[in-house]
Amino acid sequence: MAPVTSPQPAAIENRTMTINMGPQHPSTHGVLRLEVTVDGEVVTKVKPDIGYLHRCFEKYAESLGDYAKVVPYTDRIDYVSALHQEMGYVIAVEKLLELEVPERVEYMRVILAELQRIASHLLGIGTFGLDLGAFTPFLYCFIERENILRILEKVSGARLLYNYLCVGGLMRDIPTDFTSDTWEFVTSFRPKIKELNDLLTTNSIFIDRTANIGVLPAEVALNYSASGPMLRGSGVSWDLRKNDPYSIYDRFEFNVPVGQGEMGTVGDCWDRYIVRVREMEESLKIIEQALDQMPGEGDVKEAVPRRIRSKEGEVYVRTETPRGELGYYIISEKSGPYRIKARTPSFVNLSILPAISKGALVADLVAIVGSIDIVLGGVDR
Amino acid sequence: MTTEEITEYLNREYGGNLDPTYAEAGDSWITVSPSVLREVAKTLRDDKNLQFNNLMCLSGIHYQKENELGVAYHLHSTIHDHKLVMKVRVPEDNPVVPSVESLWKTANWHEREAYDLVGITFRGHPGLLRILTPQDWEGHPLRKDYEQQESYRNVSTGI
Amino acid sequence: MGLLDKKYHDSNIIIVSLESALNWARKSSLWYEQFGLACCAIEMMATAASDYDFDRFGIIPRSSPRQADVMIVAGTVTMKMASRIERLYEQMSEPRYVISMGSCSNSGGPYWEHGYHVLKGVDKVIPVDVYVPGCPPRPEALLEGFLKLQERISNETIIEPRETEQESTEEEKEPIEVE
Ligand code: SF4
Repeated sequence: MAPVTSPQPAAIENRTMTINMGPQHPSTHGVLRLEVTVDGEVVTKVKPDIGYLHRCFEKYAESLGDYAKVVPYTDRIDYVSALHQEMGYVIAVEKLLELEVPERVEYMRVILAELQRIASHLLGIGTFGLDLGAFTPFLYCFIERENILRILEKVSGARLLYNYLCVGGLMRDIPTDFTSDTWEFVTSFRPKIKELNDLLTTNSIFIDRTANIGVLPAEVALNYSASGPMLRGSGVSWDLRKNDPYSIYDRFEFNVPVGQGEMGTVGDCWDRYIVRVREMEESLKIIEQALDQMPGEGDVKEAVPRRIRSKEGEVYVRTETPRGELGYYIISEKSGPYRIKARTPSFVNLSILPAISKGALVADLVAIVGSIDIVLGGVDR
Repeated sequence: MTTEEITEYLNREYGGNLDPTYAEAGDSWITVSPSVLREVAKTLRDDKNLQFNNLMCLSGIHYQKENELGVAYHLHSTIHDHKLVMKVRVPEDNPVVPSVESLWKTANWHEREAYDLVGITFRGHPGLLRILTPQDWEGHPLRKDYEQQESYRNVSTGI
Repeated sequence: MGLLDKKYHDSNIIIVSLESALNWARKSSLWYEQFGLACCAIEMMATAASDYDFDRFGIIPRSSPRQADVMIVAGTVTMKMASRIERLYEQMSEPRYVISMGSCSNSGGPYWEHGYHVLKGVDKVIPVDVYVPGCPPRPEALLEGFLKLQERISNETIIEPRETEQESTEEEKEPIEVE
């Protein structure tokens, strides 16, 4: 009888698996698709696939042939912070045309931009909590956000996409009760930040899910040209409002919060989150100062040109949006805009994702994407 | 440093013959030829007095009148806090520009975008694929002579 | 004693036609697919959040198309996304409804002219029940859209089931427009 040989145990195969996250996924903040290669539960590679919301902004900007007509389209680049997109654009065109803007308009723009920054951060924080399973903070954030939207609606007539700023001024006059409304909001909102901190910031589940996750070292962030809370979360104090002031930001006192690794490592998801929370307080400070200093009288349409006479040349103007550096690169000809490129912070910040999610768990990937706080309209344009 | 000072510095230290261009309004820029682009870029990043560690923006441009394509690099140094605009131009029928991805990682997606929308090929890029439009899209939309395709995968793109 | 002679007034039995019972159940728990595309999705989120509160109509977000009754196409549909929308629609189980929210998904909206990558109307790929105009529609408009959809559902009959196949919808179905 032939000897019985025991069968060799087959070598355990170690295979990686590719899974697909999105474009329809509740925590990708829109239509982002991630091709994730996983080894068990550990992410070994992430390939973002974008473009599901590519709306041809740049083609529009050069086809419309008029600088004023582009403003509504800039709104739609990053719809969560529409006023910032407008502001960057009108500043760029004003720089190109060498227009002087009245004081009152400048103050108004700053106040509106800071209100919008708070609204945008509230949305970012709320949905970040939602991604990690905390539903209640989302509702609280939205109550406050609605309060801001009510002010903005009174001013501009729209809730989300305002089309309120125009080259050289504002579309319509400022309502009389704007100042009192804003004061009321500022006083009522301060204590709410503390409430939010109690709900989320020091929540131990939240800390467990965000501290030491998705650590972004400062050199990597700079090499990728990250900006906004993404860069400041890594401990780099860089804010265009301070470092390269535009509009009238050099007149205000405020701090630039940076990540310090209080709960884990510098540059983790928690740091990026806390930078946003603290920035809201700084924005309140700016609003208060601006409200105090704003001239009460003045025509907001004084400097608005009847017809924009285009010049030959080009400018690159960057401004600080809630997500980071928004740059407009405008090449202008005598006949109008020749090429307008929007360099959006979401696009650049998202390109870091593959670098910081290696080795994370699949569930952490959700936290990392949430902490970058992308808006897909900004990524795809 | 201003653009003139930087150009002067580059010409003095490295023996180049760069010349800034001025327009009626806005920023001035320097134009370099594609053959030396990578060298210049590396110098700009690594030279002690320049240290452009931040590539703010990279855009592809179509110059229809000259039948040329171009790339504009907006550089910034967070250390010295100065800026520079650098441009490179290539003919439309052979639009090859060396990639700067290995110098500034952020160029990776920007170059893919310029490839996708304007049709510039970046030599040495690790994965030059379309980024915004689907892989089987036809044409480069930001060319001035772009004709929209009639349908994509049997769905009409018109009204 | 026969069924019809019985007195029901002191028991908790309600007699309605099967049809209206079904329709009532359907229209009072419209679970929608949580699925945002663009700017309109932010308004959809605002509608679902604290101030406008979708939940009071029994409208609850679901993350999977298989559990959803209604799909809100909230935002710009691009060519790259069109086939995905189609697939998501096919994954939903019958009866299924579609609300097209915002000018973009109605007709291409602001992107109708030079938007080479924008689908000019989601009804090119899936049938739509209610169109909500606006850019973006206010939360109230979206709520009105849902009320219209409920109206539509309450008029459904089981004898003539709703046509959902795309071929037949094109001529027969008259979409409702919210004012
Ligand atoms: S309809 Fe308007 S608000 Fe809605 S997705 Fe389109 S552009 Fe955005």
